[in-house]
Amino acid sequence: MDQKIRVLIAKPGLDGHDRGAKVIARALRDAGMEVIYTGLRQTPEMVAEAALQENVDIVGLSILSGAHLTLVPRIIELMQANGQSKVPVFVGGIIPEEDVNVLLDAGVKAVYGPGSATTQIIDDIQKLMAEK
Amino acid sequence: MSSLVSSRLHEDIRDNRLLLARLITEVENDTTTGRDALEILYPHTGNAYIIGITGAPGVGKSSLVNQLALAFRKGTGKETKPHVGIIAVDPSSPFTGGAILGDRVRMRDLSGDTGIFIRSMAARGAIGGLARTTAQVARLMDAAGFEVILVETVGAGQAEVEIASLAHTTIVVDAPGLGDDIQAIKAGILEIADILVVNKADLPGVENTERALQAMLQLSNHSGRASSAGSSSTPVWEVPVLRTVSNKGEGAFEVMEIALAHLHFLRTSNEWEKRQHLRIRDEVENLVMQTMQQHWMKNLPPSALDKSVEALYSRKATPYQTVNDLLKLSGFNFD
Repeated sequence: MDQKIRVLIAKPGLDGHDRGAKVIARALRDAGMEVIYTGLRQTPEMVAEAALQENVDIVGLSILSGAHLTLVPRIIELMQANGQSKVPVFVGGIIPEEDVNVLLDAGVKAVYGPGSATTQIIDDIQKLMAEK
Repeated sequence: MSSLVSSRLHEDIRDNRLLLARLITEVENDTTTGRDALEILYPHTGNAYIIGITGAPGVGKSSLVNQLALAFRKGTGKETKPHVGIIAVDPSSPFTGGAILGDRVRMRDLSGDTGIFIRSMAARGAIGGLARTTAQVARLMDAAGFEVILVETVGAGQAEVEIASLAHTTIVVDAPGLGDDIQAIKAGILEIADILVVNKADLPGVENTERALQAMLQLSNHSGRASSAGSSSTPVWEVPVLRTVSNKGEGAFEVMEIALAHLHFLRTSNEWEKRQHLRIRDEVENLVMQTMQQHWMKNLPPSALDKSVEALYSRKATPYQTVNDLLKLSGFNFD
């Protein structure tokens, strides 16, 4: 009846800047989604568990620290292990071009670098959810 | 029946966090799966101790919930540590229906403990401080074996008092500097408190806040609520005023102890039974209203409402007559 797209926006790793994550969270909210924001400095275990408890439709990871090649595959692995293999994951932040394909190969749905339009992200999420 | 729900659901849902999480979504969306689940689980509920935490935005509700959960998990003196479920409600945007649910930010200390389950809920337009389905979500947690359930309301002003009919114990959180003694004697949220907490008690002005609350309690003779039964031998609950500094972890253990004392008071007086009956009555009434409303909207011929609005606008119809007509069109007949 009253279905909403639920999104987890998480900041794994040790960087302390969450302006980007907040901008995305706000944009998704304004697009009518329910956004669960975890706050800073989350471990992969914390992110995978929060996604499970909140039963989100999609997970967005914001990483500026350069640790994405370690953190992202670990989170996806943990999500598969706890029964969330069907939950899509997207990544935003500072991701060098040569790493984008590595992340996509690891199971990430999309990678959004600096300058990505929030409207693009909203569109992509709505499309993904419509396919479900 | 959905694959999530079997007749053995009350066994399946114990220690199955994924199933619990998915069923909460079904219940939140008021699907048939969600309703089936609630019907099967109902006989297995009624065991959890539900504590409500409410108060104005920014007084530190989430931080107190965080500390209370830690306190309950550290131990209550009993052998077994209770499992703690947390439901944190945040407001939905009235314009887009979207929401940012940020209460987990203050609860990071709780991660890694599988005895704790946190669920964020958007109020989805409900105005009483909770979402329409918060009570049902609490019931799922109850059936899943969570012995203590902490329910945090949206940042509440003066009228969001719905938590009092859901929780066994209602904690109202205040903080220094939020208002004078006139605020404290206004009706509403302070009246529903079983326990008053002054958080941020390391800030200046804490004595003033405490004094205003104490004075309010004396004025309103708040304990009258419990003693209304009349006889002088009836035990009376005196609402205590406690101090906490939640971001430093001070005072939460005492709040837990007082909450458990309140639970004991409810159990040993007739208050428990009285409150539970009231709560169930409220719930049934609400469900009947909701069901009738849904029935009305579903069975109303398309454009009937538009036509009525037009007729009212041009003053060709009158309001009560219109209501009668619209109800009849949906199959209600009150004659």
